[in-house]
Amino acid sequence: MAKILNSEITPYPLYLNRRKFIKSAVAVPFVSSLSFSGNASHLDNSHTYNQQLEENEELNTYEEITSYNNFYEFGMGKSDPMENSEKFQPLPWSIKVEGLVNRAFTINLEDLLNKVTIEDRVYRLRCVEAWSMVIPWQGFPLANIIDMADPLSDAKFIQFETVFRPEEMPGQRKRFLPWPYVEGLRMDEAMHPLTILSTGLYGHDLLNQNGAPLRLVVPWKYGFKSIKSIVAIRFVNKQPDATWSMVAPSEYGFYSNVNNNVHHPRWSQGTERRIGEFMRRPTLMFNGYEEEVAYLYEGMDLNIFY
Amino acid sequence: MLSTKLINRTKPAILMLLILPSLLWVGMFINGTLGINPIQVLMDKLGEMALRLIILTLLVSSLSQIKYLRSLQNLRRLIGLTAFYYVLLHLMTYVFLDHFFNFSFIVQDIVKRPFITFGFFSFVLLLPLVSTSTNRMVKTLTFKVWKKIHYLIYVGVLLGALHFYLLTKADKTEPLIYLVIIGTLLLWRVVKYILTRRAVQP
Repeated sequence: MAKILNSEITPYPLYLNRRKFIKSAVAVPFVSSLSFSGNASHLDNSHTYNQQLEENEELNTYEEITSYNNFYEFGMGKSDPMENSEKFQPLPWSIKVEGLVNRAFTINLEDLLNKVTIEDRVYRLRCVEAWSMVIPWQGFPLANIIDMADPLSDAKFIQFETVFRPEEMPGQRKRFLPWPYVEGLRMDEAMHPLTILSTGLYGHDLLNQNGAPLRLVVPWKYGFKSIKSIVAIRFVNKQPDATWSMVAPSEYGFYSNVNNNVHHPRWSQGTERRIGEFMRRPTLMFNGYEEEVAYLYEGMDLNIFY
Repeated sequence: MLSTKLINRTKPAILMLLILPSLLWVGMFINGTLGINPIQVLMDKLGEMALRLIILTLLVSSLSQIKYLRSLQNLRRLIGLTAFYYVLLHLMTYVFLDHFFNFSFIVQDIVKRPFITFGFFSFVLLLPLVSTSTNRMVKTLTFKVWKKIHYLIYVGVLLGALHFYLLTKADKTEPLIYLVIIGTLLLWRVVKYILTRRAVQP
């Protein structure tokens, strides 16, 4: 799994070019454009992606990754995010970085992207609903932003907040969840090199249904921790609220690490269906990133801190 | 008045209509047009239909107590058995497609997860109803006993609706609607029962 850490870096100019290509491609209707551009981009980078793939794994297709989503801001059905997100305007975008830091700032996305290096990261994504995918993300370590903000010593956690735009996000007009969606990480989790902020996948700008234009990806936790369409990053001194663990604390803990030993009343976490495969796979501890992240939780009883 | 003759004549059409969705979904499943996660979709659709049809059976049964709709009772068995057909397909999808005969896992699932427990017992409770659904069985058991057995449908449908309620993640509107309908029908039965008992014992 170390191969994921030593990821290859996509030169930024190339990345920008691809972004342009994709924008024009995505403007045309879904069915015709996506399969084509998805394949094209996949071929461009297949070498890079393959280097990061585990032996018995394959990438999920662009179509799968962009049409089967949980993003309740656009509705609760799996295809709702794809179908109901066309009104959402991900650009221009700015992110507010605030709280217990020496340098609070608000930055627009273009400026932020000029300060970071976009990398390819092929990660497994394990949904708490017991399905999973393998996704080639583009993004940069969250640690980059933390460094820019220079947190104070009593900043122990980070809270993230999704944009609140009920007029563009039909799900937010209903009250089945308290909006805006919030999530959080402990500082060492946030600093971990596997934790990234993603701006694209398969070499494309993130589509709205995947959390455009900027989302978190924490591959060893259940998917709902990887909050989408982030507008605020807040440094705080105690464990912040996180939407699902507020709504159903007995089902979803703050940590929500992929962990088969923690019982869930609704889904067995012992196996998962990899999208596109018939047989279920056994779910791996920390979603297969145990080697990289287990030390973060040494001495903690993960049945209590689930 | 709705004539029995009319009802009996429409039976084949109703049966076709009720079976049709399952053929469509299975066809789409085989065709690969049931979406990105087809096993889940198939299982959900079959289960939802099963629950709706059990509720429809109850509804038809209750409505047939109204004088002018008495002939509706001729549809009860048809709809009930179709409902069980969907329950069976739903369960088969779970066992064969979702877990591919991994019975040790399935047993654990039944024990550990309340929603699976409810779903499973709902299925088990339907078995005596299905196996006593022939005219001969009604005669053998006597109508009185047969009727008592068939009150199990209320427990079965409640467990089925709870099964759905518990697995729903955020928006519980749909399972709540089913629970309200079931509650109303059950209440109607209980009230009627009490009233008739009073009438019999002055």
